[in-house]
Amino acid sequence: MNQQSTPTTGAISQLILEFSRLPGIGPKSAQRLAYHLLQASEEQTKLLANAIRQVKQETRLCSVCFNVTDTDPCPICRNDQRDHSQICVVEQPQDILALEHTRSYYGLYHVLHGAISPTEGIGANDIKINQLLERLKDGSVTEVILATNTNLEGEQTAAYLNKLISPLDITITRLARGLPFGTELEYADDVTLTRAIEGRQPL
Amino acid sequence: MTKPRNYQTEAIIIKKTKLKEADRILTLYTPHLGKLQAVAKGVRRPRSKMAGHLELLTHSQISLARGRNLDIITGSQTIDSFLPLKTDLNLSSYALYVIELVNQFTVDDVENYPLFQLLLETLSHLCQQGDAELPLRYFELQLLNLTGYRPQLQKCVSCHSPLKAVTNSFCPHLGGVLCPGCAQHQPLSYPLSVNALKVLRWLQNNDYTTANRLKMDHQLSLKLEEITRGYLSYLLEREIKSASWLDTIRQSP
Ligand SMILES: [Zn+2]
Ligand SMILES: [Zn+2]
Repeated sequence: MNQQSTPTTGAISQLILEFSRLPGIGPKSAQRLAYHLLQASEEQTKLLANAIRQVKQETRLCSVCFNVTDTDPCPICRNDQRDHSQICVVEQPQDILALEHTRSYYGLYHVLHGAISPTEGIGANDIKINQLLERLKDGSVTEVILATNTNLEGEQTAAYLNKLISPLDITITRLARGLPFGTELEYADDVTLTRAIEGRQPL
Repeated sequence: MTKPRNYQTEAIIIKKTKLKEADRILTLYTPHLGKLQAVAKGVRRPRSKMAGHLELLTHSQISLARGRNLDIITGSQTIDSFLPLKTDLNLSSYALYVIELVNQFTVDDVENYPLFQLLLETLSHLCQQGDAELPLRYFELQLLNLTGYRPQLQKCVSCHSPLKAVTNSFCPHLGGVLCPGCAQHQPLSYPLSVNALKVLRWLQNNDYTTANRLKMDHQLSLKLEEITRGYLSYLLEREIKSASWLDTIRQSP
């Protein structure tokens, strides 16, 4: 392609390429975004560039719940208004966003950063399970809500956590109703998630 | 064989890989098309009508459309969801071990109907039978039979003399049993008791109903597991990933 022949078109095709690597962005949308930015003000593009740079530089994981945050502990863990006796265990930070969006849950979270997936070689030590058990040691948590996905890996992870936590004096519940088998939490809608939280059941 | 533009097949879902967005690539094991990969669109969304029918360890009737690269799944209907495999931690772990082996020991697009039958039967047996040891040991031996790695259990693989009723050895890289004399020159072999050899032969040469009459104690099963696992991972040239998870669950309280 002759697009690479001048520095300007080289930069724009680079930008199109980077955009098209993002989820949900096809080549057409990537092109539209790139040309939009080309026409945007200097100020606007600087804001975007900075936001992209900051997301990597200033975002880290909360040392308590492992949610992504720019302060440590994260705002949820620091919030006294929330119920610190409940921990809702999710697979990934995006799941917290989805659950927070329902405004149906006021406890704390714990992000596992994955699910047990034996055939992929992902075992208990590859996700934040020990860190969760550590959080349960001081006795202040009375309920653990297992909100892993309702697919096979999520169910296995929940079953394994249930096995580990049940000797402790803690109520274990599982998001259940409303979520069909074989799906992932990130893609759940509010109604489904609200029902799932309300209808959580002991294992 | 060229496939028609639209076709249907029974299949057991043996692997899934995330694609972009809510899509997945599924690996299907089918009766007559062997192993095949296909794209399932939108199955990571809760509203997907297909997702539940396309979860790992599900036996489904699947409609596909020929795609440019991979074929696309256009519909699916569960034949058997093998529910116990999805709710019981131990059973699901055993079943994952089974499908990992099927995936590893097969290549795409090669029909192996007996292997499909073996897979289907093994998942059913795991569901029905509280005890997973016999179904697993039977599966391992039969998998080796059906994929061309049937171990030699009748005579010594080195000197070809008939095996005596003494402790012999199993040698993974020679693919069979060594007599005590030959075993001295093969340090990488497992001791194989008279009883263990008997059980291996029994599993290798009988159908499941007959094999199932066998009473195998737990210690012997563990011994055989060590031997078959050693042989399987020698053939694969790597560890079986789900096997280490089986060990984890066994050790947890
Ligand atoms: Zn936190
Ligand atoms: Zn010999």
